[in-house]
Amino acid sequence: MLSYIIRRLLGVIPVMLVVGIFVFSLLHLAPGDPAAIIAGDNATAENIARIRANLGLDRPLLEQFVTWGWATLHGDLGVSMFSGIPVTTLVEQRMGPTVSLTITTLIIAVSIAVTLGVLAAWKAGSLLDRAVMGLAVTGFSVPVFVVGYIMVYFVALKWRLLPVQGYKEMSQGLWPWLSHLIMPSFALGLAYVALIARITRASMLEVLAEDYIRTASAKGVSTVPMLLRHALKNAAVPIITVIGIGVALLISGVVITESVFNIPGIGRLVVDAIARRDYPIIQGTMIIFAGVYVLINLLIDVSYSFLDPRIRYS
Amino acid sequence: MTTNQTNTTSPWGEFCRRHPTIVVGALLLITISLAAILAPWIARDPILFEPINRLKGPSSEFWLGTDSLGRDVFARMVYGARISLMVGLSVAVITVLCGSVIGLLAGYFSLFDAVIMRLMDGIMAIPAILLAIALVALLGSSATVVIIAISIPEIPRVTRLVRAVVLSVRDLPFVEAARSNGTRVGKLLRRHILPSTVAPLIVQATYICASAILTEAGLSFLGAGTPPEIPTWGNMIAGNRLYLQIAPWTVFAPGICLALVVLAVNLLGDGLRDRLDPRISRGI
Repeated sequence: MLSYIIRRLLGVIPVMLVVGIFVFSLLHLAPGDPAAIIAGDNATAENIARIRANLGLDRPLLEQFVTWGWATLHGDLGVSMFSGIPVTTLVEQRMGPTVSLTITTLIIAVSIAVTLGVLAAWKAGSLLDRAVMGLAVTGFSVPVFVVGYIMVYFVALKWRLLPVQGYKEMSQGLWPWLSHLIMPSFALGLAYVALIARITRASMLEVLAEDYIRTASAKGVSTVPMLLRHALKNAAVPIITVIGIGVALLISGVVITESVFNIPGIGRLVVDAIARRDYPIIQGTMIIFAGVYVLINLLIDVSYSFLDPRIRYS
Repeated sequence: MTTNQTNTTSPWGEFCRRHPTIVVGALLLITISLAAILAPWIARDPILFEPINRLKGPSSEFWLGTDSLGRDVFARMVYGARISLMVGLSVAVITVLCGSVIGLLAGYFSLFDAVIMRLMDGIMAIPAILLAIALVALLGSSATVVIIAISIPEIPRVTRLVRAVVLSVRDLPFVEAARSNGTRVGKLLRRHILPSTVAPLIVQATYICASAILTEAGLSFLGAGTPPEIPTWGNMIAGNRLYLQIAPWTVFAPGICLALVVLAVNLLGDGLRDRLDPRISRGI
């Protein structure tokens, strides 16, 4: 077990190295002088020279990469070109809304999706099953900003049930915080619900066909414990895997959701940074998002043995 | 019973009954593609703005009303379909071509395998939309850049799929036989291994097309898509969102159209999956 964890941890190194090379070389992929690209159309010569020195663009490429990579490993993501504030500070300031949004979405989406998936598998072939599967296809097809504005129009503007946009800190009260997150979470979570409901149904169908389920129901285990304790627990591994893979979907969705609902999170930070060609912010946030994704999937891989002791790592 | 039914219904009716998703998806797509192709004949000028007609509701003159600059929403929507369909199709083709070549190499030559797969893992870890907006911001906004920027993060999906298929057929007797007959590697890959990847690739290509259309709309919505003067569903929604309360049709029309196209492609994909190989599961 321990050797498996160590091996998986070592496996993170090449993946993050590729991410690093990719993110680093983005700037150099662009035709022309990167400093001039960052400076924009009406830049002065001094401005370009300042940016070049600031990013160390005058040094050899490999040296630049090693310096940048070394600093990144030490948690130094550079300084924003626009405001002069360290990227880590900016990310810290914007982390609250993004983390809140992601966690509420995860909780809402996973609980809805697993319930729907279990019900659909239990009543396979029924009208309910078809409705859930129909919802799943639709969920994959409606983009965040379309669901978002439909909800804003009806729930916020027409019925005035929830605030239109913005974000409130949790310290300003639980309801103000939550009320600003309900619509964004639903909009962001829809595709995620679709994904998880589908895999839950598929995995449950497989388990429900097993002999031990028939034995359990034959000896009189009632429906709910049978579904949850006997079936869902054994169907959990693929579901958890997809929850982990789907985090990528969430991270991409966060960027758009924050723009729709005007939430001042990391997604907005990146979008604003891209508009201003604030390169250190773009690089830093990409590294952070990729790191989070890799870390979550690592945790999930390692958690399999706790979920299903039959899984052995060799 | 079954023979009776097949005797009384035409083959076409039988196909519709067994694969309703393929039929519904294909019909929707054909309708929208026709509208996109015939745009200059069925719609007014999408760029012409008449301030006198600002934010008019749907009428016989403006089928879906006008936006804040007095532009015809229906016309812009029909022209927007061109970008969405073109991007979806091009990304699917590029990704399938690049992904299969890389996947074949990775699956067949274990020498490349580790390196290529780590590279793919790395690309998959970077959020697709961030990678795409960064590329568009750096390379400039044009349809070609958007297509390339959306294709790169999709390639690993195809590569992994093709690699998995290659690994599963590489040592089967028919490949073994061809190899021991002295078939050269290129021909072996093309004639004996590639055909096994076709069915899952067709299905995966439809899913990639759907996801590319969504990403393109997302990019345009964030202002990092094609140049702003070209109407797209994403930039229509972004441009009209301030008028959501007084002119909801300007936001809902392109939004619903976008959802319908993606739904059609997804339905087609699901139908093809059931038709070609029910064991293929949907990756994300």
